[in-house]
Amino acid sequence: MLLSIRSLTKVFPGTRALDGVDFDLRAGEVHALLGENGAGKSTLIKCLTGAYARDGGTIALDGQDIDPRSTGEAQELGIGTVYQEVNLLPNLTVAQNLLFGREPRRFGLIDARAMRAEARRMLAGYGLDLNVDRDLGTYSVAIQQIVAIARAVALSGKVLILDEPTASLDAREVEMLFGVVRDLRARGLGIIFVSHFLNQVFDLCDRVTVLRNGQHIVTTEIAALDRMALIEHMLGRSLQDEVLHARPPARRAPDPMLHFHGLSRQGVVAPFDLTVGRGEVVGLAGLLGSGRTESAEMIFGIRPAQTGTAQDETGPIALTSPRQAIANGFGFAPEDRKTAGIVADLSIRENIVLGLQAQRGWMRPIPRAEQNRIADEYIRRLDIRTSGREKRIGDLSGGNQQKAVLARWLAMNPRFLILDEPTRGIDVGAHAEILHLIHQLVDQGMSLLVISSELDELIAVSDRVIVLRDRCHVAELAGDAISGEAIMRAIAATDGAGDAAVHSGGEAA
Amino acid sequence: MNIRALPLYVTIGIFLLGWFVCWLQFPNMLSTRVIGNLLTDNAYLGIVAVGMTVVILSGGIDLSVGSVIAFTGVFIAVMLRDTGLHPLPVFALALALATGFGAAMGWLIDRLAMPAFIVTLAGMFLARGAAYLLSIESVPIQHPFYETLQKAYWLMPGKGRLTLIGVLMLATVALGMVLVHRTRFGASVFALGGGEQTARLMGVRQGRTMVLVYAFSGLMAGLSGIVFSIYTGSGYSLATVGTELTAIAAVVIGGTLLTGGAGYVFGTLVGVLTMGLIQTYIVFDGSLSSWWTKIVIGLLLLAFILLQKGLLKLSETRLARQPV
Repeated sequence: MLLSIRSLTKVFPGTRALDGVDFDLRAGEVHALLGENGAGKSTLIKCLTGAYARDGGTIALDGQDIDPRSTGEAQELGIGTVYQEVNLLPNLTVAQNLLFGREPRRFGLIDARAMRAEARRMLAGYGLDLNVDRDLGTYSVAIQQIVAIARAVALSGKVLILDEPTASLDAREVEMLFGVVRDLRARGLGIIFVSHFLNQVFDLCDRVTVLRNGQHIVTTEIAALDRMALIEHMLGRSLQDEVLHARPPARRAPDPMLHFHGLSRQGVVAPFDLTVGRGEVVGLAGLLGSGRTESAEMIFGIRPAQTGTAQDETGPIALTSPRQAIANGFGFAPEDRKTAGIVADLSIRENIVLGLQAQRGWMRPIPRAEQNRIADEYIRRLDIRTSGREKRIGDLSGGNQQKAVLARWLAMNPRFLILDEPTRGIDVGAHAEILHLIHQLVDQGMSLLVISSELDELIAVSDRVIVLRDRCHVAELAGDAISGEAIMRAIAATDGAGDAAVHSGGEAA
Repeated sequence: MNIRALPLYVTIGIFLLGWFVCWLQFPNMLSTRVIGNLLTDNAYLGIVAVGMTVVILSGGIDLSVGSVIAFTGVFIAVMLRDTGLHPLPVFALALALATGFGAAMGWLIDRLAMPAFIVTLAGMFLARGAAYLLSIESVPIQHPFYETLQKAYWLMPGKGRLTLIGVLMLATVALGMVLVHRTRFGASVFALGGGEQTARLMGVRQGRTMVLVYAFSGLMAGLSGIVFSIYTGSGYSLATVGTELTAIAAVVIGGTLLTGGAGYVFGTLVGVLTMGLIQTYIVFDGSLSSWWTKIVIGLLLLAFILLQKGLLKLSETRLARQPV
């Protein structure tokens, strides 16, 4: 056994983040570590990499007990980690990144030539042809990710921890990354793979360990496990199928509420029309970069449309700025929660009342008691899991942060809410809860525009799905016509025509 | 071409172009006398700007250097007046003080996780106040060793004087270039400027690097104070007010990103010389008010900030278009 962890325990005030967890890693396997947010995955990894000091248990690497005190120490012992956000420096060259801290030196000075040669040698096994003198930041995230892996492997070379490495990659990039991981497995590394994407887990991994609430649930060969069983292990309850997969019963055609006509922005999105009914969920499907987010940003006035008009039942409305959009009763929960959604250093309460307060104007502060009431109400209604309303929101898990962002908008009682990737980076349980929440909102008469890369999710929540391709709205599916296959067909319709779609895309609609 | 180096090339281009324009009007601009004076007059600024480059590359700022220069000058002058010490040990003492002062600020910035702006702002007032404490009036330095230093120069062909302090400035720039671009310390500085969190994960010892960065800046300010005292032959607590801002301007005009993580020490030298060139032109012209120096520097600064912003945009769109 390459790595063996016995009854690992880590206690935080109020919670046992890890409670006597066992974990084994063989050389030459890819071992998936799964669990909901808060299950203890990241705590386990942080104990392994020395970011946290454990409170109990043993970690043995190659039969030797180890006790890393810092990531640096863990690296030297042989445990390297690659995180979701590439943890390399975009402002340094590829070579500098690869050899940071171990630069070859001559007479005490860095030997640039030797460094270049060494960097090329390190990258040799990965099928990459990079100019190691270029800034890392000029390469795509996938390549940066592989450079990060190359660095971690060269530095450590025994255990490689991949923490959500595929979160921001597209399908082809994921395949490229997996190729690299399989090669490393063949070279005898032990690889711990953390991911929310179950498909990828089944695709890549040999064994899987599931954690739940800080406890070890199961470790098993992946071949011996089917999808439902795995999800059951993770949730500890059978998945609410009716939430995830069954579409809501077809409702009668909703009254149209908002009309957007001919919205467009040069080089961003081709002109499109969109009608949203009261209590209707419109889904936007498409590949990354197809103009989904951009369409939403135009509607919300973040990047105002250059052409087009909008109106509701009472007359034309302006879409010139987010402020204006909010005045129109719109809300927008952005894709990039960390930088655009939450204010990480403020408390949950402050984050929730933020929008309401801005709407009232800063001259009329919301009384503290009222703030507390609002915060507590939404913490209860949305089941935000926290030890209290004054907790720093940055300390919550992704799912709970997303709920707080939703709470902020709900407190303002919008009539039209845009959700951009509402379940990105959220575990399966919270995922189902958020979808459930969407259904609830719709039942209360709110209209939603939902953007998602996960087709299942779109299908589950949408009354209508608009498909985008190459910055054009190319298809609209409604009712029973909505299916994963239909959406994918629409996305792929003129695949192979390549550039033609970009220039003459309008006709396809 | 590395897009990161573009501001450096632009700086060099502007400097050469400026010189060419000056030369068209005043052919004397190309004489070694002008070049020698340019180096001498800007020696103290060049030295302190090297320290500032390192600080800015690390993502910080050091507002205390102008005051530290003044303090060092007054300290030396007062020590030489009131004690029988030779200037050399006084220099060593002054450098140690300035370095320690910088190190202490770096330590505070790291330990208290305080913005460098605030800590060095406090340092600025502290050092200035300490200078006043030593003497409110300008203290002349009369020491035979100082005269030797002031008269030390190499006569270039064409009667230009390459003074000791000018050479010292060039040497400092060279030292700075090696330190920043060729050592692990330099790599750590760039890493910190690129992102503290990431830098820590990559094994940068943040505290140590931070202390060293500000200590280096303090050392450069101290050295600059010595050079300034040689240049002016006195120590005056009201001297070099605002020099920290001039130094920052020189660093930015030299192509270093104000947010840290990208830049070149050589660029800073060019930035300093560009600013000196503008001053020289105004002296040559004779009819222009010296305020024009500030106006042109202001415009240049603005142009460079716009250039950097533009480059950032450019590289982003380029990245977006690039196939995987």
